[in-house]
Amino acid sequence: MEAKTLFDKIWDAHVVKQVEGGPNVLYIDRHFIHEVTSPVAFLGLKNRGLKVFRPDQTTATPDHNVPTIDQELSIKDELSRNQVDMLKSNCETHGITHHGLGSEGHGVVHIIGPEMGLTQPGMTIVCGDSHTSTHGAFGAIAFGIGTSEVEMVLASQCIMQPKPKKMRVTVDGELSKGVTSKDIALYIISQISTSGGTGHFIEYAGSAITSLSMEARMTLCNLSIECGARGGMIAPDETTFEYVKGREFAPKGEEWDKTLAYWKTLKSDDGAKFDTEYHFDAADIEPMITYGTNPGMGIGITQSIPTGSEMEGTDKTTFLKSLKYMDYQPGDTMTGKKVDYVFLGSCTNGRIEDFRAFAEFVKGKKKADDVNVWLVPGSKAVEKQILAEGLDQIFEDAGMALRQPGCSACLAMNDDKIPEGKYAVSTSNRNFEGRQGPGARTMLASPLTAAAVAVTGVITDPRELM
Amino acid sequence: MAYDKFVTLTSTAVPLPVENVDTDQIIPARFLKAVERKGFGDNLFRDWRYDKSNQPITDFPLNDSKYTGKILVGGKNFGSGSSREHAAWAIYDFGFRVVVSSFFADIFKGNALNNGLLPVVVTPAFLEKIFKAIESDPSTEFEVDLEKQKFTLLATGEAEEFEINPYKKHCLQNGLDDIDFLVDSKEDIEAFENK
Ligand code: SF4
Repeated sequence: MEAKTLFDKIWDAHVVKQVEGGPNVLYIDRHFIHEVTSPVAFLGLKNRGLKVFRPDQTTATPDHNVPTIDQELSIKDELSRNQVDMLKSNCETHGITHHGLGSEGHGVVHIIGPEMGLTQPGMTIVCGDSHTSTHGAFGAIAFGIGTSEVEMVLASQCIMQPKPKKMRVTVDGELSKGVTSKDIALYIISQISTSGGTGHFIEYAGSAITSLSMEARMTLCNLSIECGARGGMIAPDETTFEYVKGREFAPKGEEWDKTLAYWKTLKSDDGAKFDTEYHFDAADIEPMITYGTNPGMGIGITQSIPTGSEMEGTDKTTFLKSLKYMDYQPGDTMTGKKVDYVFLGSCTNGRIEDFRAFAEFVKGKKKADDVNVWLVPGSKAVEKQILAEGLDQIFEDAGMALRQPGCSACLAMNDDKIPEGKYAVSTSNRNFEGRQGPGARTMLASPLTAAAVAVTGVITDPRELM
Repeated sequence: MAYDKFVTLTSTAVPLPVENVDTDQIIPARFLKAVERKGFGDNLFRDWRYDKSNQPITDFPLNDSKYTGKILVGGKNFGSGSSREHAAWAIYDFGFRVVVSSFFADIFKGNALNNGLLPVVVTPAFLEKIFKAIESDPSTEFEVDLEKQKFTLLATGEAEEFEINPYKKHCLQNGLDDIDFLVDSKEDIEAFENK
């Protein structure tokens, strides 16, 4: 039999049919929706007089627009409130489970899926949000789609997709102290660029990957889209099975045994062919920080911004435009630069392990005076766990307060915007111009680096304080 | 979503010689709060088109009256970032029917095709030529022939063929979309579920 990749195995098992000279009709097991990319899709259904085909395979939660303080009160911004309300009423009309603001299941869509056990190995998972790639950490094919495709899934539980190419990124060796999966991801993107993965689906492999916890794997897969890939995945193993077992929607009893046997077959066969392969050595990775306006503009925290002297044409224009926006100079050192805001949260780094790492770091230390720190749990469940472990007390002692769950400062759609011209060290995923607010300047980093910055007020190598 | 059928297009073009134009620039997140597909063109490239006091930034190409037309030409890796289909809607709503670049981000490309906006991939060298041609003469016209899959710089006759999936081409030429197709495939889908 032909050697198959993990990706092929799952993809091929979900092809309903192949269109002549066209894409595959791909069956979708699990569909997540949120308030921003779904209303026009529901409107489309209505205009065509269609019903939702499989309402029990879609799960909804509002996350992008929601405030992260005073969630008990009605949302102030009228347009935001309207989108959030519309999600609820669309779900009611079509019989879709909806985890509303303040409810126990509420949170960032990519955080609640795995928490509830809705995300499982071998599945096809889509959502109208590019960071759907997060779910690939379980050995699932998970990717972001546009609103037309949301409508397709609602109408038919399928989308039409050409089969992407396959890439394997192998990271071997042991991570050094202070280096997290966020740093692995930023390192990979800095090496292969923000378009290096375009047209591909990535499988991450190697000893540095398999030794990651489930949550760390989610952070890595989450960022796959930032190198242009449709998604990223990791073959499921004991770490995965252990995580899924016992969760609300995980298979139970006999069903579990049967499913587990199948999940154990989900790995790339020896000799399976990838269109593109990369190998990296974990020892080369240090804590990373971005200095520009795309996630590929990242460097090891002790390094300096490139001088750009070897660049030309639009490359150079783009590089200089980016530095101008950041108000940085070519060749600048990053450490020691002033920071105004620190954001811990988002579907990239808003899980309990991120809060534990941050708390452990700031324990017994004090927040720097002129830095604002926003600590935003990715979900109600994460918030609950933070309180149960008393991490909130550690934050309070350090002079930092916990907020309520949502996308928050990851994107400037809700109240948590970084003011114009201010610098934010953010554990989220995008440092595009204006992503965190018009004129806001973003530096992406790990929760550990964010913690170090929170106590010093300047860009700091976390290893110096560990 | 219904859109106009695409046959051939002859038009001048608007240049945007910047790489990695991400969807947060094409349509900033704060404009994604609409629940209908209306008026996104007004906010296309909002933060590049207008300054803080909402005054047009005159040297931004979309505000520069010497540049007109239904073709937008962008630097490589156009449309990276968020999956927001609003980006394609905004470009279409503004009046563009074709976006040319040497490289597109995947999700953007798919979204564009689903909305009657044709992404045309040219070689980096040809892209540079296109930028130069528009720069030296903004009234330079281009022809996009979908049937022949050909993009031509009319002044010199230089042309490149571009690729498009045959099924997607058929959809664009006939103003069809995938949902019609999928809804018609219900029996196959149900059979698949019962396998
Ligand atoms: S946290 Fe950020 S990236 Fe994640 S779903 Fe929300 S807005 Fe998108």
